Order: sequence, then C-alpha cells, then structure tokens
Amino acid sequence: MKSTFQLRYWNHINGWLLVLPAVFMIGLFTHYPIGANIFHSLFSMGTVTRPEVFTGLENYRYLMDDDIFWKVLKNNLVYSMCTVPASISIALGMALLINRNIKGRSLVRMSFFTPTVLPMIAVANIWLFFYTPEYGLFDQVFAFFGGDSHNWLGNPNSALYCLIVMVIWKEAGFFMVFYLAALQQLSPELKEAGLVEGSGGWYYFRRVTFPLLMPTTLFVMVNAVINSFKLVDHLIIMTKGGPDNASSLLLYYIYENAFSFWDTSYAATLTVVLVFILAIITIIQFTVVEKRIHYR
Amino acid sequence: MRLWGVEIGKIIETAGAWLLGALWLLPVVFALWSSFHPAEYSTRFELFAPLTTENFVRAWSYAPFPRYLFNTFILVTLILAAQFVLCTLAAYGFARFDFFGKDFVFALVLLQLMIMPEVLLVENYRTIGELGLLDTIPAIGLPYMASAFGIFLLRQSFKTIPKELIEAAQVEGVSALGILWKVYIPLSKSTYIAYGLVSVSYHWNNFLWPLVVTSSVNSRPLTVGLAIFGAPESGVDWSIITAATVMTMAPLLVAFILFQRQFVQSFMHSGIK
Repeated sequence: MKSTFQLRYWNHINGWLLVLPAVFMIGLFTHYPIGANIFHSLFSMGTVTRPEVFTGLENYRYLMDDDIFWKVLKNNLVYSMCTVPASISIALGMALLINRNIKGRSLVRMSFFTPTVLPMIAVANIWLFFYTPEYGLFDQVFAFFGGDSHNWLGNPNSALYCLIVMVIWKEAGFFMVFYLAALQQLSPELKEAGLVEGSGGWYYFRRVTFPLLMPTTLFVMVNAVINSFKLVDHLIIMTKGGPDNASSLLLYYIYENAFSFWDTSYAATLTVVLVFILAIITIIQFTVVEKRIHYR
Repeated sequence: MRLWGVEIGKIIETAGAWLLGALWLLPVVFALWSSFHPAEYSTRFELFAPLTTENFVRAWSYAPFPRYLFNTFILVTLILAAQFVLCTLAAYGFARFDFFGKDFVFALVLLQLMIMPEVLLVENYRTIGELGLLDTIPAIGLPYMASAFGIFLLRQSFKTIPKELIEAAQVEGVSALGILWKVYIPLSKSTYIAYGLVSVSYHWNNFLWPLVVTSSVNSRPLTVGLAIFGAPESGVDWSIITAATVMTMAPLLVAFILFQRQFVQSFMHSGIK
C-alpha cells in the first residue's frame, strides 16, 4: 500500500511530466520571444561590418519622434473603434434574427457564417476587385446612379474605411455564433413572463435580453479588439499600408520594418509596444470583465 | 396586423434576414461567377453568359497549385496531430493532478490566448532560423503546436467527467495513462471534433506567419501561393486570379456546406467558457 506522502509525490511528478512538453513549446514561442523582443529593442541594428551595440532607450526615443508610428497607431485605433462596435452590433442583430422562427433560417445562418471559413487572403482578393476604379462593383453601382468613379483604395481618405467595411463583413458572422449560443441558453419562461407583463419587443430586449447577453458581449469584444491588432493579412493584398501609410496598421508596420527594411531592432521595439497594448487589454479583461461576469 | 394570415412584422423580419443573408453571400457568389465565365463577363452579369473552366485550367498551369495544396494539407494535418497529443497531455495534467505551481503555470499558458505567435513574428523568425528550419513545413506549424486554446478547451471538457468513472477504473488497476486513453479521450469526442474544425480552419487560412517563414514552392501553403499569384505586379488576368481564389477556399467551403451544423456548433462550443 502506497502512503499518502508517496501518492502526493507522484501527483507532482506526473502532473509536471504531462504539462511539460506543451509548457516548453509555449515558453519557446510566446514567453521567450516577448523577453527577446524587449532585449533586442535596447540594441542598435547590427550590420555586416558593424556589430549591434547596446543603445539603451535610443530606439524608443526614435519611436517617439517617428511620425509614421503615430500615424499607424492612430489608424489602428480608428480601425478598432470602427470594426469592433459595428461587427458586434451586426452580429447581435443577426443572432436575434436567426433565433426567431423565420423561413429558410438555416440557409440564412449559413450565409452569415460563410465569410468566417474563408481565408482573409481570398476575401481580400475578391474585395480588391470590388474597389477597383470604374470596373469594380462599387463604381458600377455608383455609375448606375450617375456617380463618378472613385479610386477607393488609392485615396488616403477612404483606404482605411474600405478595409474596415470588408473586415466587418468578414467578422460579424463569427461573432454571431457566440450570441446564438448565448441566446439558446436564455430560458423561454423569461420571455413568456416578459410578454405576460405586456412589455413590447424593444423594451424587453433593452431591459432583459441585452443585459443577460452582457457576458457574451464582453467576451466577443475582447476577441474583436485582439483581432483588430493581430490580423493584417488583407493589407498585404489590398493596400500595402498605403497610400502614404494611410491604411497601415501596427502589426503591418512591424512586418514592414522587419522583412522589407530589415530593421529588426526597430521592429522589436514596435513589437514591445504591441505586446504592451495586448497586455493592457488582457489586464482589463481579467480585472474588470471577469469580475463583472460570473460564470457558473 | 396580418396579411394573408401572416403577421406583417414576421414578413418584414423574414425579408430583412433574407436580404442581409443575400448581401453577405454576394462576394462569394461574385467570385464564383467571375471564375466560371470568360474574362469579358467578369463584370457584365448576363444570365446566359457562356460557362467555362478555362480560368481554372490556366491558373493551375501558371502556378504550382497542386504542390501548394499538398503543402497546406500536410501542414494542417501535422499541426492538428501535434496539437492533439500536446494539448491532451497538458489538459490531463491541469485537470486531474495537483502539482506544485499549477495555477501559476496555467496562467502562463493562457497568456498565449492574448498574445498569439504571429504577433511575435520578429523573434520567432529568429528562433526558427537558429533551429535551421527556415522554409520548411514544420517551421510554419511549430509555434502553434502547443495551443493554449486547445489546452483550455480540453481541460474544461476533462473536468466534467464524473469522478466515479475514474475511481472505478482505478479500482480495476488501470494506469494513469490508461485512464486518459480509455475514459477521458473517448468521453471528450465532441470537444476534439470542435477543436479540430476550428484549428483546421485557422491554419488552412493562416497567412502572415507562413509568408514570413517560407521562401520556396517546397513549403509554401495555398494562401501564400495565392498571394504571390494574385499580386498586381504578376500581371495575371482578373478572372484567373478569381479562379485561383476559388480553388484556395473551395475545400473548406465545401466541407462547411456539407457539415454546416457541425461547423457552427463547433465554433459555438469553442466560445463557451
């Protein structure tokens, strides 16, 4: 008979052995690179003739004076603040529609969800053609109503918004699924009670359904914000961040610095900023959001 | 108010849903249209425009799409297999064993949910370079193989398995790994399917990281191949680019249409904490 001490001892060893492979891999590709990014951001860019030198916060000083960085950061904020609320409200609307007993419901659900299974690259290719001056779908529709042709993606004032519209289309169906799951868990008795009291549809939604969906909204919101910082595939196809960085986003600017300009130490500095932003979002989630919602 | 025995509100609701659904499907329909028609019809929508598969034949011959397709297939399979093994072991450890530092290590693992490997592409590229794996298929998969998301989902699922079942197996003298294999894994089948579908869709579609670590036909997945093929400077005809686009998204799209319910349920399942 094993003693309790021996059993507990084996618990520790078995537990550690089981998690070790995964923990090692996550450490290697998540925690180590975070540290390495911070480390490399403190050095100058090494070249063939000149080794990299410790420069302290020099890269960060450069970053503060880098107009493109501020422009890209502002773009990213505009991008997040447009795509997140819009795709979430459309997602909620879709879920409410599908949750009603309408005809052809599964077909409609399928069409809402389709963009989710498509690669962003394929989507970008299709939408690139929509935005083509004169021949594209948008200009054809405008021409039908007697409008002029527009260089949608070539104009610094519209390029970012063109991307925003496309991303809302791509993501709304994905977020809808989480609302659908939540709506299915709301009890039907609640609805009956609300209707017996004679409350109208909108009133019922505002006072009962929407508050009950709050945990889902917050969960979806955190995911949407993170996505708006980590998904830049479409930029490579559609605008390359242009014209004049008008549609560039932070991760795309990092990619450009690292793999077009080969300035890896500045790219590391920018990555530190991005990780910092994501860390703030995480902290907000764990302190504010998780405390407000109580999971069963 | 009622019209033909149906409530007007209901009619508006249905019409609204259908309209929005049609609008949402439009880009895909358009892509299909222009890939199956000769170039001169790619923006002229005539019902009886002649159908053709010429665009596909030409796209197929202009770029090594069979190879790209093969690479993506290998990549997705490799990642999924590795994820199942690594995440199952880790989830079992976190769900059923009490070990020193467990909560802290679990918190460290969850960090990956927020800071995905593609965000850290500069340093991960350096690491892959030092491992001598640049431009290989495993290089694309490595950063994703231990997935915090998979560990989290499986751990949730393992935790719901009743203790009585485990105790019964222990009484019969089944080992710890035997219990995992005979009790936990079979009872979590739906979670594995859900996670598998989410993972396959993610990696079939993933682009930025594969773009960075690959540099030849030998390792490039479909998405990267398509991006190179469709670049404006390649000068390829629009209809042919759409055909290539349709080819890239077709396998997942067909799977989705066939197993629509399963897909939606899986994504739903993966979002519930």
